[in-house]
Amino acid sequence: MATYQLHINGAKKSIDVAEGTSLLWVLREHLGLTGTKYGCGIAQCGACTIHVNGNPMKACVMPVDGVSSGQKITTIEGLDDLGNHPLQQAWIDVQVPQCGYCQSGQIMQAAALLANNPSPSRDEIVTHMNGNLCRCGTYMRILKAIQKAAGKEVAVNEGD
Amino acid sequence: MKYSKSKTDSTNRRQFIKRSGGIALLIGASGILPQFISCKNPSHVAAQLKKHQITSWIKMSEDGKIVIYNPAAEMGQGSMTSLPAIFAEEMDANWDNVQVEFSPQISNTYGSDGWGSGRKIMLSAGSRVTKGYYSLLRKAGAQARFILMHNAARIWNVPIDGLSTSDGHVLDENSGMKIAYGDLVKDLVVPEEIPDFELHQLKNPKDFKFIGHDLPRTDIPAKTNGSAQFAIDVILPGMLYGVLERGRVHGAKPTLTNSDEIMKLPGILHLVSFDYAIGIIGERIENVLAAKSRLEIEWSDAIASTFNSEEIYDEYKRVADKERDEKVVVEKGNTKKAIRSAARLFSADYKNDYVYHAQMEPLNAVVQIAEDGASATAWVGSQQGFDSKLGIPEVLDMDPEKVHINLQYLGGGFGRRSMTDFVKECTILAKEVPGQPIKLMWTREDDLTYGAFRPMSLQRLQAGIDSNGRITGFSHTVIGDGDNLLASGIRNDHYEIPNQYAALKIIPHGIRLKHWRGVGHGPNKFAIESMIDQIAHSLGKDPIDFRRTLMSESPKALATLNKAAAMSGWNQPNLQGRAKGVAFIERSGTLSTGVCEISLDENTGKIRVHYFWSASDAGVVIQPDNVKAQMEGGIIMGMSSVFKERISIIDGAVQQSNFDDYELLRMADIPERIETAIIKSDGPPQGVGESGTPLVAGAVANAFLALTGKHLRHLPFTPERVLEALNS
Ligand code: FES
Ligand code: FES
Repeated sequence: MATYQLHINGAKKSIDVAEGTSLLWVLREHLGLTGTKYGCGIAQCGACTIHVNGNPMKACVMPVDGVSSGQKITTIEGLDDLGNHPLQQAWIDVQVPQCGYCQSGQIMQAAALLANNPSPSRDEIVTHMNGNLCRCGTYMRILKAIQKAAGKEVAVNEGD
Repeated sequence: MKYSKSKTDSTNRRQFIKRSGGIALLIGASGILPQFISCKNPSHVAAQLKKHQITSWIKMSEDGKIVIYNPAAEMGQGSMTSLPAIFAEEMDANWDNVQVEFSPQISNTYGSDGWGSGRKIMLSAGSRVTKGYYSLLRKAGAQARFILMHNAARIWNVPIDGLSTSDGHVLDENSGMKIAYGDLVKDLVVPEEIPDFELHQLKNPKDFKFIGHDLPRTDIPAKTNGSAQFAIDVILPGMLYGVLERGRVHGAKPTLTNSDEIMKLPGILHLVSFDYAIGIIGERIENVLAAKSRLEIEWSDAIASTFNSEEIYDEYKRVADKERDEKVVVEKGNTKKAIRSAARLFSADYKNDYVYHAQMEPLNAVVQIAEDGASATAWVGSQQGFDSKLGIPEVLDMDPEKVHINLQYLGGGFGRRSMTDFVKECTILAKEVPGQPIKLMWTREDDLTYGAFRPMSLQRLQAGIDSNGRITGFSHTVIGDGDNLLASGIRNDHYEIPNQYAALKIIPHGIRLKHWRGVGHGPNKFAIESMIDQIAHSLGKDPIDFRRTLMSESPKALATLNKAAAMSGWNQPNLQGRAKGVAFIERSGTLSTGVCEISLDENTGKIRVHYFWSASDAGVVIQPDNVKAQMEGGIIMGMSSVFKERISIIDGAVQQSNFDDYELLRMADIPERIETAIIKSDGPPQGVGESGTPLVAGAVANAFLALTGKHLRHLPFTPERVLEALNS
């Protein structure tokens, strides 16, 4: 067991867990930030996508040890204080989610794209989103929603 | 209006009996169970009483807010919106005031009798939810409206016949008086008699405001901000964690050889033996996962131990060749004779490998058994079942009424969550720790290797053609394991073929099998639609024209065919290197035609789908955009299974374990466009959730035939198999 100081969604959290515990379990089961999902545990599905210093990362393969020296972690809960990120609005406008389980990861992955590239091409979107699986098959609408959001001003809340 | 009336006797008349410190009894109208509210917590009672239960389907509060119960699971198919919309339509509710909650899991009250079993059942499977609840919810909504009108009539002292409703209000046109539903709630009296509305007494469909008009899905906002709660997200005070290690060979029995070592690991509390697994209970998720990876287990042999999925196709072929016991599914006319006397005979075998559900949320459950063992509560994402308590009463030998199920959102179902194996497992673990809640987690590897797959099979099709190019006899035999899982979709009721025969030859393998979105329709429609095109191709006929003749007696099927043909520009020449293919299916009452346009990389064997068009007749459509979303998603899932997905089994052991070796379709492989059309219909609503998926295999194989003159006859169409077909 060790104590880690984490910087999550703009707040400092202290957590006691075994060394090497994945950030995914820390977020979900210890801190109750359950919007970040478990899908595969091996960086293949993207359900656990979060931002670390603004970069999209797969929490399931990140040991907590690696993100406890001041890195800014953002989860879906912290993407926008009111849940009004342009992508979240676009997701509602386009009625993207079906079961919804993959969608936090999809939105986090897309948010990182728009933060760096406000008007990505279709190919750029597809390449960027290719690591995020959706079993319900909502890809057509994900694409549409990202294109829609890209038509707007995008500001990304990166933790504080 | 004349109604037949049902008396509201003491069991269905709403009354409040308030006793301090005791129990408040709320009895709703129209077949409602009494709800007992414990008075231990007075503020809870007060809150509940402010939310007046009007009937078993609806709670209202004085500010006009309405809670409508959804009796079905929400796994992405939109039940959380479409079912309440049906109720709200007949009630004339103001949709802005509507909130939706899952109903209690009590089959007698909230079940549908649409399963033909003679009793009410809560089960979200087979695309039957909307179909099963449509009339029931319309009538229930009309009854709620009647109760509100009755009260307005009472207050205004006017006859009910002169009243009407609109947008959450009762109106009296004679006097110009108007009252909001919410204002009627406080002193609501339930009438002595409530009409049993007949269908013709309900709203005229031309007056529909919600049915057929898109409402934003009620569950979507929470699914964009991480707040939607799935069972895997449940966290309770003092909650423990459980995992199981199950064998790679279905049916193998474990012997644990290092239990002492495991019990010494940090946070490990109990080991629990199952017939087919070793269970671990611990304090934290990381504790139990670490312990799981350290288990040393010897596995016994099982029936499946000698099974090899690749080799079994030879055996299937031998069985197909032999006269052997078979289970006849369709017998129309004399097919043998028709085939014997045919001018031309067509014959082909089609194969399909196992596929896995791969719902994105791995199986899990949370169960808490009361410390005194007298009751149990579970938090589950389930497609429900014939037993709405999900097998828990049997495990605990407990009265079902003492088992409380909190249905959560499902991170995908596709048939897997209509099994309750994971709920029972969690209950068995919970028995070890009475009073404490426990969350059972299946890892992705558990979920895949201990999956219950869509069965593999071989399909032998034969068709006899007369000298006019008419199909006179059609014979379809499926060889495999899985009994009725193999049978769905084997009928051809919309094609004019005078002699038809279909049968199953079952060979048990001991592999776990289950309904998978579309069930047998995937493989069976692939085979049937490929054979139809093979015949058309050899006769030099256009596949759509050929089907038009076959559909001469089925105008609704034909309408979907014509629509899809028009959407796709079927008659226009294709771009160089492109071809189109068509397939028709019926599933859960919905008729659909799909057309795709493909190209092929002849070096790699990779097929690209550029466009997919579908046209469906699904009867009355409650939420059109949602139906389109189901078709789009179904088509993508169909493409995933058709191009990528296969489970292989060697010596009984599943060879894949996660998404690195069981690949799903990713965004790079989506079509440029999917266009879905819904044909206007006033027939009863039909199921659409499974209509998109089985369209894909036939359409792609037929486009490939048009492009190359070659046949793809083994699902999935991996690049290697495509190259093999190309070089055949
Ligand atoms: S759970 Fe992390 S990528 Fe799948
Ligand atoms: S919406 Fe269900 S997995 Fe993406």
